[in-house]
Amino acid sequence: MKSLSEKGVRRILMAVAFSAISALLLITLFIINEGVPFIFKYGVGNFLFSSDWHPQQMKFGIFPMITASLWVTFGAMLLGAPLGVAVALFLSEYVPRPIMRIIKPTIELLAAIPSVVYGFIGVIVLAPLIRNYLGGPGLSLLSGSIILGIMILPTVISISIDSILAVPQSYREGSLALGATTWQTINMVTVKASKSGIIASIILGLGRAIGETMAVIMVAGNSVNMPHSALDSVRTLTANIALEMSYATGLHRQALFATGVVLFVGIIILNSIASIALRKRMVKG
Amino acid sequence: MMRLNPRYVQRGAVFVLGGATVLTLLILIFIIFFILEKGLPVLTLNFLTGNPEDLGRKGGIFPAIIGSIILPLLAILIATPLGIFTSVYLSEYTRESKLTRLIRFGTDCLAGIPSIIFGLFGYIFFVITLEMGWSILSGALTLAVMILPTIIRTSEEAIRAVPKTYREVSFSLGATGWQTVKKVILPNALPGIVTGIMLSIGRSIGETAAVIFTAGSSLRLPTSIFDSTRTMAVHFYILAREGISQENAYGTAATLIIAVLLVNLTAYWLMNRFIAKRRS
Amino acid sequence: MTTKFQIHNFSFFFKDQQILKNLEFQIPSNEIFGIIGPAGSGKTTFLRALNRMNDLETEISHKGNILMDQNDIYTDDFDVVSHRKKVGMVFAMPVPLPMSIYENVVYGPRLSGIKDRRALDGLVENSLKAAFLWDEVKDRLKTSGMRLSGGQQQRLCLARVLAMQPEVILLDEPCSGLDPISTAKIEDALTELKKQYTIVLVTNNTKQAARVADKTAFFLMGELVELGLTKQIFTSPVKKQTNDYITGRFG
Repeated sequence: MKSLSEKGVRRILMAVAFSAISALLLITLFIINEGVPFIFKYGVGNFLFSSDWHPQQMKFGIFPMITASLWVTFGAMLLGAPLGVAVALFLSEYVPRPIMRIIKPTIELLAAIPSVVYGFIGVIVLAPLIRNYLGGPGLSLLSGSIILGIMILPTVISISIDSILAVPQSYREGSLALGATTWQTINMVTVKASKSGIIASIILGLGRAIGETMAVIMVAGNSVNMPHSALDSVRTLTANIALEMSYATGLHRQALFATGVVLFVGIIILNSIASIALRKRMVKG
Repeated sequence: MMRLNPRYVQRGAVFVLGGATVLTLLILIFIIFFILEKGLPVLTLNFLTGNPEDLGRKGGIFPAIIGSIILPLLAILIATPLGIFTSVYLSEYTRESKLTRLIRFGTDCLAGIPSIIFGLFGYIFFVITLEMGWSILSGALTLAVMILPTIIRTSEEAIRAVPKTYREVSFSLGATGWQTVKKVILPNALPGIVTGIMLSIGRSIGETAAVIFTAGSSLRLPTSIFDSTRTMAVHFYILAREGISQENAYGTAATLIIAVLLVNLTAYWLMNRFIAKRRS
Repeated sequence: MTTKFQIHNFSFFFKDQQILKNLEFQIPSNEIFGIIGPAGSGKTTFLRALNRMNDLETEISHKGNILMDQNDIYTDDFDVVSHRKKVGMVFAMPVPLPMSIYENVVYGPRLSGIKDRRALDGLVENSLKAAFLWDEVKDRLKTSGMRLSGGQQQRLCLARVLAMQPEVILLDEPCSGLDPISTAKIEDALTELKKQYTIVLVTNNTKQAARVADKTAFFLMGELVELGLTKQIFTSPVKKQTNDYITGRFG
């Protein structure tokens, strides 16, 4: 009797354990079901590589949005990755552990600040600065990149720190014993040993940046134009969905879901690369 | 190329890396202080307990506060059992296999999906297909799916941290697997699990994209979970983006930030207590 | 004198490695059965085979069988959970569960569904008395079991096993981390307890076996080298390896 109920428990738990996977499948199915038929009906090339987005005239080319998403993300990485890795190296290699244990969670609070607040700060503080000192409308690719660069910092920092701390202390001691300075040790030993973890942190940061919506809507300007400079107003894939979803119907709505499909595929690819990189680190450690 | 003296390079490195750290901390402090400085003067009792008037141009944010409490709570109520049971299954009821790897991969993928996709999904699935409409229930279910991976991961970590010997003792005293989970493993993993829950609440309170398309943005005080509601994050977004009232936007943002910081600090406090307890 | 366990051609494997080799002997009731041998001789694995604690490990397999009271404990439909209630175990390191002394002792009885407060109180008092711990803790049963000293913790673990009212008590080097006084208290308790229980004591400390065991078995590399009355094993062992081990030439 007892062992029977134990078997029952196992079955129930196993069923529940599939909830995350089922949710993932449901999401994939529904997004694909709404979006993919449209892509084929409209034409893959037309959809992905045309710059003509005029929903009223049934024109749905998302090339400007793809370009904008890539540029904004790239810009965010230019700022966020070096800054984040530098902070991670400083906290894990130069700062005493007890102090690091205070500063790391403090920095992780950056991740807790809602994205709408970042967007708001971008609008109120950053955009005027850019408008006044660099020109353009202010709400631009550049301001989007800077805000996103800040937003990915906690991701980059905390995952990098974890992988740097996973480097055996003996590696460092070996290097220091050979007369290397701390920086030489970091440069030649620590970074090399934790490379895959650091790369994973940056890729996960990229995933966060490319998927971020509310902050980008607020600061990037949202014009459907091919960007020509960092000071141009741009609209990302995510912004495109969120801006028009509330009133879109019919083909237009399907086009937005199709935009979601493109985003979804991009993110899944990025995350798979990151998870492979992280697993490599675990195998090595 | 000239070879630099390693000692100067070392000093330069400390300066650059330390500078980056200080900059990052300054950004954090700036954001929090900027919002609080502009927002705190707006925070009066009337603002917190009053109903919005004229689309939020005047009046308070009481319904949005209620929305920001109910939605995350309901989401947690849905996601927590699922997350805990999943982690119990992964850590206690099965061995590493293709299946567990598949479940973990799925969890990781789910964690990486951006909130706008959750919004799209919640809209087409809960709001349209299941005909729940823009409602607290649709929003909470969407949020539940979104926070599920966090709860699974933190619970699994907490459960794995329970010493193996406790399990042995419990089994040797004739406990079944489930009795061991109930009486020894979950009580000892509780602080870690609660930390995950708090972090998820924090994320839910600040979430906008997944909520706005599923719970809607009604400013009326909801009377049931089938009513639409507007959370503080959504309210703030609408106030700021549509230029309705900058003053009230600051006030809402300050309330939002205070709520999120309180939740997160509680989470860290719990985590530290948990670690300290385990060390002693 | 009756037989409690019959070990019949029993072998045990972890992955491809054979830990126990064709064991064939009996463990009598109401005696202290000592098992000695160097580290890695398989004595702990054998002990954990008796209450099927080895089941918690992965990639294990066995051959042959073990009978308790004539019942094979390795059949497919065997009720492991009730078996473990009959066969209690004290581990090498004292592991009080992170709860009060009282709750530690009633952990097993509560699992069996005993809810009556007075019955539980009685069990706690009797078990702690039998483990020679009652006098030291009777005024602070509500404090955490983790607060006790190492020796007290181990006696708490013993009391926790006794509260299940088992038939057999397995002890896996129960005194390896304890001071001589605590060790003596536990040995006194064991000598008292064998009237009621069958006790299997695995120990690294040959002198302990010599002091308390009625029969002693010597394990080496997964094999039973020699088994006999304790006195005989320690005074006139038949096998050379036994002699070498108890005189401290290896191990």
